[in-house]
Amino acid sequence: MTVEMKLALTGEDVRSYSESNREPEWLAAKRSEAYQLAETLQLPKPDKTKIHNWNFTEFPVHAVHDEPLTGLAELPQEARALIDIENQKNIYVQRNNTPAYLKLSDELKEQGVILTDIFTAAREHSDLVQKYFMDDAVKVDEHKLTALHAAFMNGGVFVYVPKGVEVKEPVQVLFLHEGEEVSLFNHAIIVAEENSALTYVENYLSLSKDSKGLANIISEVIAKDGAKITYGAVDVLAEGFTSYINRRGVAGRDATIEWALGLMNDCDTIYENVTHLVGDGSVSHSKSVLVGRGTQKQNVTAKTVHWGKGAEGFILQHGVMKDEASTIFNGIGKIEHGASKSDAVQESRVLMLSEKARGDANPILLIDEDDVTAGHAASVGRVDPLQLYYLMSRGISRVEAERLIVHGFLAPVVSQLPIEGVKKQLSEVIERKVR
Amino acid sequence: MSTLEIKGLHVEIEGKEILKGVDLTINTNEIHAVMGPNGTGKSTLASAIMGHPKYVVTAGTVTLDGEDVLEMEVDERAKAGLFLAMQYPSEISGVTNADFLRSAINSQREEGEEISLMKFIRELDSKMETLEMDQEMAQRYLNEGFSGGEKKRNEILQLMMLKPKFAILDEIDSGLDIDALKVVSKGVNEMRGENFGCLIITHYQRLLNYITPDHVHVMMQGRVVKSGGPELAQKLEAQGYDWIKEELGIEDETVGQEA
Ligand SMILES: Nc1ncnc2c1ncn2[C@@H]1O[C@H](COP(=O)(O)OP(=O)(O)O)[C@@H](O)[C@H]1O
Ligand SMILES: [Mg+2]
Repeated sequence: MTVEMKLALTGEDVRSYSESNREPEWLAAKRSEAYQLAETLQLPKPDKTKIHNWNFTEFPVHAVHDEPLTGLAELPQEARALIDIENQKNIYVQRNNTPAYLKLSDELKEQGVILTDIFTAAREHSDLVQKYFMDDAVKVDEHKLTALHAAFMNGGVFVYVPKGVEVKEPVQVLFLHEGEEVSLFNHAIIVAEENSALTYVENYLSLSKDSKGLANIISEVIAKDGAKITYGAVDVLAEGFTSYINRRGVAGRDATIEWALGLMNDCDTIYENVTHLVGDGSVSHSKSVLVGRGTQKQNVTAKTVHWGKGAEGFILQHGVMKDEASTIFNGIGKIEHGASKSDAVQESRVLMLSEKARGDANPILLIDEDDVTAGHAASVGRVDPLQLYYLMSRGISRVEAERLIVHGFLAPVVSQLPIEGVKKQLSEVIERKVR
Repeated sequence: MSTLEIKGLHVEIEGKEILKGVDLTINTNEIHAVMGPNGTGKSTLASAIMGHPKYVVTAGTVTLDGEDVLEMEVDERAKAGLFLAMQYPSEISGVTNADFLRSAINSQREEGEEISLMKFIRELDSKMETLEMDQEMAQRYLNEGFSGGEKKRNEILQLMMLKPKFAILDEIDSGLDIDALKVVSKGVNEMRGENFGCLIITHYQRLLNYITPDHVHVMMQGRVVKSGGPELAQKLEAQGYDWIKEELGIEDETVGQEA
């Protein structure tokens, strides 16, 4: 069945938006092409979640203008709490669709590190951006949502670390959502050249309680040979959004990509986190935690695709389900022919806090090579009564004991986040969501 | 002085009667040992007193200074002054030993009267030193990946930090080598005093060389079949349990067999 969906913008709208950003010709052309594709391509088919009724195409406004910040102190308290204002050296803040604040240390600038909004990057580093923008990690024509994303991209960030440069202090990125009408088509490109290292931490934070918009977000994360990227994220998007969030990595020889993802949206969300372990000896750890509440529907796919020899891919997914929320967790290890001595391990666990919630944990191994090690574990269950008994036997109340167990269950990501303010925020969001 | 009194206690697990009328009275400033071969109901007694969810009390009473313990939730029993060092403590991932202990201590205090972080750390350091535990154990997740011996020490650490009126130690000696046994005993002996009573469950006399009991009881078939002083433990060590079985005409001492 082909469902024709009306797109919210015309091809002409897309062209003139691109012009208004003074985008290079290649990007304008790519958007036009993407727009055409978006009209005909199908939605993706996340395993076990039907999304044909979800609205991924219509939204109130494409791009809004906000005032840039003159300083971080202007941020509302909730956003400011994420940042160590005095000591955070490298930071990009985006308010809705407007690049609002940017700071990069002189030292990193001198070393050739780039941190800038995606539009400035497209103008000033056109060749570099062209090389990575939806060409290697994520392709425009994968499905309707990738095509729509390229056509409608209205924000994002570009981070580039040259060969051999180790960025010691984390790069922090804050995407703020303020206003019900706003939609986010953000694109992040993060490139670490050979033997470089980067820690990147992003936050999606809704300052509005509600939304009528779309979030169609893609990150492309490229770790060249010997590079190491640590990618932390905490998503807290408001109820009402329809979200598609795709974070994808490509790891070269002996490269490492570590993901720590706090998936705390209050809206329906399709999550994807795929890492292509292309180089021999490449490694990926993907850890994600999620809390579902209300009538939220989510689908979370984490996948490692092993191409290189001795590639190691580890997936951990922990979800807590409340109320009538429903989430499908797919943890997939795919070992391609030739990726001998690969190791693929998935762990998907769901803790149910309500009778009416639904949680599915599906670890999947797809192996086209004999000489590999692989393993998986999955569980869906309630809080262990013996754990409760043990904690309560020390005087801890039932409520507090449950709280400790739930926080412990979600700790694998909290403990991994490299920025104190973000770590604390994730704990607090968890606290608020599970209460 | 406080008193923990167990009277005519009958306990079932999954429909099977395990305890068939246990009577035992423990005062503070006393150390009691409950001995007996495997499968005679010792852990059942401990678990029923603490309120383990699987154990159902079908008859009898447990009171602490006259208060009905069996009416209390598990956490209330702890707040009333009971503590059980478990034979198989749970592992709780993501919760550090230190955070857990602080929650436990604060749960016994009024709001606004929480222990200060400084004081907590000082106490924790000193108790861990007594128990010869590595400082990093405080930051490890509760019992996760602990060796058998580490778990036992960790139970005693909790005992020392929480300072209950009555502690039940269920096979705190099993799997410990002599050095560890001495360390654990040192911890328990530090607790001894007017405000502390203890029930030590063991099937070896070994531990009682280091913690001298005031009273010794023998359990068989879900009952206390014999009580005496420390000399009873010595005799069991020297002669085993057979003479008691003969004396009482018991063929099989485990639960489920009738005399
Ligand atoms: N879950 C259970 N279901 C049925 N019987 C049990 C269960 N757990 C323990 N038992 C039985 O209860 C009896 C006493 O066990 P326990 O109190 O653990 O003995 P002890 O601590 O003295 O070794 C044993 O015969 C044991 O087989
Ligand atoms: Mg036992």
